[in-house]
Amino acid sequence: MMAWLAQHARSFGATFARLARAPLGAALNILVIGIALSLPVGLYVVIANLQASSHQLAAEPQVSAFMALDASRAEVAQIEARLKQNPLVQRFRFVPREQALQELKQASGLADVVDSLPQNPLPDAFVVNARDSTPQALEALRDEIRQWPRVAHVQLDAAWARRLDAALRLGRLAVALLGALLALALVAVTFNTIRLQVLTQRDEIEVIKLIGATDAFIRRPFLYFGALQGCGGGIVAWLIVSGGVYLLNHNLGELSHVYATLIQLKHLSLGDSLSLLAFPAALGWFGAWLSVGRHLALIEPGAGK
Amino acid sequence: MISLSHVSKRYPGGRQALHDVGFTIESGELAFITGHSGAGKTTLLKLLVAIERPTSGSVIVSGQNVGALKPRAVPFLRRKFGLVFQDHKLLFDRNVFNNVALPLQIAGYRAKDAARRVRAALDKVGLLAYEKALPITLSGGEQQRLCIARAIVHRPAILLADEPTGNLDAEYAAEIGELFRSFNQVGVTVVIATHDPALLAQLAPRVITLRHGKLAAA
Repeated sequence: MMAWLAQHARSFGATFARLARAPLGAALNILVIGIALSLPVGLYVVIANLQASSHQLAAEPQVSAFMALDASRAEVAQIEARLKQNPLVQRFRFVPREQALQELKQASGLADVVDSLPQNPLPDAFVVNARDSTPQALEALRDEIRQWPRVAHVQLDAAWARRLDAALRLGRLAVALLGALLALALVAVTFNTIRLQVLTQRDEIEVIKLIGATDAFIRRPFLYFGALQGCGGGIVAWLIVSGGVYLLNHNLGELSHVYATLIQLKHLSLGDSLSLLAFPAALGWFGAWLSVGRHLALIEPGAGK
Repeated sequence: MISLSHVSKRYPGGRQALHDVGFTIESGELAFITGHSGAGKTTLLKLLVAIERPTSGSVIVSGQNVGALKPRAVPFLRRKFGLVFQDHKLLFDRNVFNNVALPLQIAGYRAKDAARRVRAALDKVGLLAYEKALPITLSGGEQQRLCIARAIVHRPAILLADEPTGNLDAEYAAEIGELFRSFNQVGVTVVIATHDPALLAQLAPRVITLRHGKLAAA
């Protein structure tokens, strides 16, 4: 067991030595892989952020009913009574027009504008949660409330969020496709790198085969090389995406100053970051495995003599 | 230790390299395989370490039928041998020490044990002072001795050499001959394919002679 570990450690060391011997070539390969990987990963980050916010909004679809501006207290109370009795309604919240104005002031940072208004432009409103949140049920509820007296406007709040959600699902599919294609490219790049290595080390491989090296022993440093190169590409991609998120957040910071709200992109989670290292490493390993298996069979000592 | 019976080898393309060859080399023997160029000496050595397979007949090495070995078993057969090549087959990208350590790394020795054995082998061939040197800086005779150190470092039961003195002048060749004799004296079976008459005279071994792929004398 110890010997086995020591042998692996030695192969690993030999792999590093090989990387160090041709640092420029290896660095360029890693850079290419990293840049290629950063495309789908960057897209993934953007979409994950958008999706997180759209989920928040779409999770609890609500129907907003706005009263006419000149509706009286009694008329509002009547609507409230109707909502209480309606079997489609789970619960509802009444937002008086004064409170709505306060919320607008605080949330939007438009306090100056709001203060300068001669009168409150906002109506009383009800925010209604439906018992059944399917689009059909929500639309039925909307259509019903719309016919009640003194209700000026009814709006399905979740509709746009749902549309965004659907669009984002499409985006995710695109990311998956792009990711799959670039994974294929990573395997191909590794395959070719390892092919060249095997061919340039043909003599060495022949000799160690003669001395009694098993195929596993010969294959090992190449597999490590493939995995390391993939992992290195993952690290580069992570750095690129991190840099991108940092830059965007920096600029978003100014933007949110202007709008007085906090807009921040979330970075890759720890799990995502680890997959970004592990997944390319596995692909590199796989590409190297394919390549060595294919080219090692062609090298037999003495066969050409 | 080594036993061939009715061994024939025909290469693809039709050249008949060996024809109905049979002999036995006992454990601890020192044997030469001689013959003119193209008599089949090298082919015979290749059959012993499963680089080539016999077309017919059987090659038995310490009880194993080499011709019928599965590819996965071949590396372990080869570890029983120490191989000395005419062209040395050294690895020029690593130093003397690491060249000799290679068979031990392959066999999975621990670094400490390996280092001890490598130094012992280098000492044996008189290259201990050169352990950090690159093989390219060594002379032809030193390279051959390095090749021998690599061949004996894992203490194989059989030492196989193909024209070990082929490229060397007489003085170096005699040193190499003495090395082979000393290994044989500690019980290693030594098989040398050569047509060097000086080496033959020096070691006075058992001689197996091939002529046009057939056994002429054993």
